[in-house]
Amino acid sequence: MFNAFLQIVRKELLGAFRQQSDILNPIWFFVIVVTLFPLGIGTDPALLARIAPGIIWVAALLAALLSFERLFKDDFIDGSLEQMMLAPQPLTWLVSAKVFAHWLLTGLPILLVSPLLAVFLSLQESTFWALFLTLLIGTPILSLLGSIGVALTIGLRKGGVLLSLIMLPLSIPILIFSTMAIDAATFGQSYIGLLALLGAMLVGAITLAPFAIAASLRVSVS
Amino acid sequence: MWKWLHPYAKAEKSYALSGKLMPWFLAVALPTFVVGIIWGLAFAPADYQQGDSFRIIYIHVPAAMMAMGAYSTMAIAAFIGLVWQIRLAEMTVAATAPIGAVYTFIALFTGAAWGKPMWGAWWVWDARLTSELILLFVYLGIIALYNAFSDKVLAGRAASILTLVGVINLPIIHFSVVWWNTLHQGATITKFDQPSMATDMLVPLLIMIVSFAAFLGFMVLYRFRNEILQRESHRPWVIALVQQSSSSVNKRG
Amino acid sequence: MAFASWSDFIAMGGYSFYVWLAYGVSLLSVLLLVISTVTKRKKIFKHVEQRLLREQRIKAAENREGTL
Repeated sequence: MFNAFLQIVRKELLGAFRQQSDILNPIWFFVIVVTLFPLGIGTDPALLARIAPGIIWVAALLAALLSFERLFKDDFIDGSLEQMMLAPQPLTWLVSAKVFAHWLLTGLPILLVSPLLAVFLSLQESTFWALFLTLLIGTPILSLLGSIGVALTIGLRKGGVLLSLIMLPLSIPILIFSTMAIDAATFGQSYIGLLALLGAMLVGAITLAPFAIAASLRVSVS
Repeated sequence: MWKWLHPYAKAEKSYALSGKLMPWFLAVALPTFVVGIIWGLAFAPADYQQGDSFRIIYIHVPAAMMAMGAYSTMAIAAFIGLVWQIRLAEMTVAATAPIGAVYTFIALFTGAAWGKPMWGAWWVWDARLTSELILLFVYLGIIALYNAFSDKVLAGRAASILTLVGVINLPIIHFSVVWWNTLHQGATITKFDQPSMATDMLVPLLIMIVSFAAFLGFMVLYRFRNEILQRESHRPWVIALVQQSSSSVNKRG
Repeated sequence: MAFASWSDFIAMGGYSFYVWLAYGVSLLSVLLLVISTVTKRKKIFKHVEQRLLREQRIKAAENREGTL
């Protein structure tokens, strides 16, 4: 069973490296959106540092939305999604592998470019670490939540906008807790409690979301 | 055990049963509405702090409560529909969502109209108003998803799944918004909290809550019947129903 | 009675605009919901009726062809 998990992850990664633009474009988008804010608001470092958590998290949300399109689309079109449903391994497990691979390809790169953004928005080092940790815990939750939305809308012709309408309201708690944690770090307060809350949400999402994703895929494919 | 029941007979029976129940809900909703609204608007004493503007409470609070009530109905129906695979329950989800959205909109709008004289602004990022706004987004998402599917059986199931995902999320959203709010504007006193209300003020409020709940029930049944009719429009019992109604119209005309 | 006169009632202690706006919009939105729900039912009935008439016409046409 674990073998199947690894195989799916491996297949996803190989496929992504063959089509690198799929990974690079959302990251590129993320960086551009964050760059637009200083251009629109002004370059006062204090102001930028004040609004940086919100900017980065909203941009991460939007970038995540962009990347979801490819999550199940190809599998849906070429029929391998149906194969997954017929496979001896439980669908929830296979779906978890897909989401994990998706996070490796989209969440992780956001983490990797976050130091660059910290420099752009003149964040202090302590604030940056808070940002990094919230992204580390928060982006997997986004991937899981978004996968539910993708699974629900995949069979629809105009699923893209609908996906954002469904998913963005549900991701509000992550946005709130993450930016609160980063704010706390800016003021030199402890933010362990907020990280723990995010962690609890991640654990909840990991246990519950695969079932929702699997059920949604069964609806969309039938 | 439900699965073995004949699905079409069940739909027809549910249609008849909900038709029988509807007048009762209306019989509760209309008198309570008239009594509650007259009592609230004309007879309840004015609030000593907020004056007569507090009379908006008689629609704001019932609408907000029943917006949540509608969502709980949907969540229970979605759970039943998904676990025991009952299509009628999934239809209930679809039937309830628009009513919940309208109630949420009313709660939001009246909150804003109340906030303008009290806070001096139409919109304040008050925890309760913000939660209601997000609830409205969730409702609209469910409705949009339901309408996007052309196959209404699949649509009902998809909407049910989204409803259940939302029901896990909504408490977290509410909790996070309340916390976020205390952090960002801790000084604001929530005007909607009435620690101790005079009986003269409270009784009409309770009457209005009953009225909103009964009206919710009435509308859910009405829309539920619409859903059944639409999906079963090729069944003989629906055709018989249509012929009956058209012949009675012809006789009158 | 909390108000001395009819015009007092309309004035709502100076908050007339907000109170009546809130009540008016609420009533209007509920009314729209009711109208849309009722017209939906009528539309379904009409739809089925039209379908039945069409089926009848087709059947009648087939019968005519049979007699020729």
